[in-house]
Amino acid sequence: MTDLSHLRPDFPVLERRVHGKPLVFLDSAASSQKPNQVLDAMEAVYRTYYANVHRGAYLLSEESTNAYEEARAKVARFINAASRSEIVFTRGATTALNAAAFGWGMDHLRAGDRILLTMMEHHANIVPWQMVARRTGAELIYLPMTADYGLDTDRLTDLLDERVKIFSFTGMSNVTGTMPPVAEVAGMARDHGALVIVDAAQLITHAPLDVQKLGADLVAFSGHKMLGPTGIGALWGRPSVLEEMEPFEGGGEMISDVRLDGSTWAPVPHKFEAGTPPIVAAIGLGAAVDYLEKIGMESVRRHGQELTTYALKQLAGLSGVRVFGPTNPERRGGVISFALGEVHPHDVATILDQEGIAVRAGHHCAKPLTRALGVPATVRASLQVYNTTEDVDALIAGLRKVQKVFHVD
Amino acid sequence: MSIEELYREVILDHNRNPRNRGTLEHPDAHAEGNNPLCGDELSLDLRLDGDQIVDVAIQGQGCSISQSSASMMSQAIKGKTLAEVQNLIGGFKAMMDIEAAPASAGLDPDRPGAMLGDLEALQGVRKFPVRIKCANLAWTTLEEALRSRS
Repeated sequence: MTDLSHLRPDFPVLERRVHGKPLVFLDSAASSQKPNQVLDAMEAVYRTYYANVHRGAYLLSEESTNAYEEARAKVARFINAASRSEIVFTRGATTALNAAAFGWGMDHLRAGDRILLTMMEHHANIVPWQMVARRTGAELIYLPMTADYGLDTDRLTDLLDERVKIFSFTGMSNVTGTMPPVAEVAGMARDHGALVIVDAAQLITHAPLDVQKLGADLVAFSGHKMLGPTGIGALWGRPSVLEEMEPFEGGGEMISDVRLDGSTWAPVPHKFEAGTPPIVAAIGLGAAVDYLEKIGMESVRRHGQELTTYALKQLAGLSGVRVFGPTNPERRGGVISFALGEVHPHDVATILDQEGIAVRAGHHCAKPLTRALGVPATVRASLQVYNTTEDVDALIAGLRKVQKVFHVD
Repeated sequence: MSIEELYREVILDHNRNPRNRGTLEHPDAHAEGNNPLCGDELSLDLRLDGDQIVDVAIQGQGCSISQSSASMMSQAIKGKTLAEVQNLIGGFKAMMDIEAAPASAGLDPDRPGAMLGDLEALQGVRKFPVRIKCANLAWTTLEEALRSRS
């Protein structure tokens, strides 16, 4: 098995004890922990060269600007974008998806047009489209899931017609862990003239991402799930799409000229970055990208697959466990949702917490998907580079404790 | 605080075999409650005779704390007058209020739920602050139902 346990000392929080037990952190799909390399890079900005970017004619501002733009270049390289100007910094994946919905959707959608989403989406890739649909008269339709938690590509063929102007879907489900064949379905939708948007909030930290091979027009992701800080994320866009997209927010820094009767926009990507950006967070994200690249995303993917396979095998050994997600490790990543018999997920999470184990219980901001699974909530254990087979073993022991407390086995 | 102090047998029993389940035809008071964050749901029907609650029916789904609290509440309020029910609501809220010291609410600091019978078993929830809203759901729904009546 791919061993990344040498990384653990980089993450200071993993030394914590919780309720007297060593912390077993299995909620990285909600937000990941941060390595010293990211924390140090951010502290160095504040301590040694912090100033606002793109403004001051003095050394500190120049250094801050260079570091901020270098972070953009790192993110561009990380996803193999052709140019750093294809990277728009946002507050996170949610803001990136809202920028796409309002910046592109409001100007291109008419009554009768269709926005195609899937049953596997996070609320961040549903609600902005509902808001835009309400204002434009466009209609929302949803691609169903197959019995084995994949995207129904046969139905996709049926649903794609000239009315579908946007196809926005997740590159990796934050509930089932499903990784749909992104390039294949993106290609199908683009052939029909739809704008293709990929929510890569989970995918970005679980597998290599090459936007030049993905076939998407826009890709959204957050920094905080990929070992970076909160408050920073990015929207990658095909240059022609970013050019025709309207800014979603107005303010300083995003303009070329401001007159009393109107304004003109700064060039891409700056026209999308109104106001003082999250400078330090962006530099922290650059450090997170360096960290992941040093491990190598191929190794990250292999580790995730192997640990997921191990976890699924161990879970299958517990009576009453039902996993909601693909069994084939090629088709999924390390986000594992399950039910433990009739015990409610919140009860499971409370008992696990007492054992030092952090998992998520609930609908994971994907209520339509949870409903489609036929359950009110699930328990979710999600993996990152710092997780080990020992963490999975602790989870299994914790679940046995749950069964003991609830008198089930 | 051990986990067994939270999941007492009486709680597990009410969770497994919830009392007064179902709905009433033409209830005199009705309310629905939910915890949007965790998805616990509850529907409460009351039958009144004058100022006395003569029947209670509850439907819903959720964690053992929310469902057992609802089940125990249904038993506790059945047959009680509205004044007695208000008293119970006050007592339960005081037991769950981790901001206020039990003594200041006129409760025994060691047994703030002493007046609540079986419901005292939920006292352990005080040590698990994120679960307090689960225990309170039935009671806020009850208050809502009583308000809807007036």
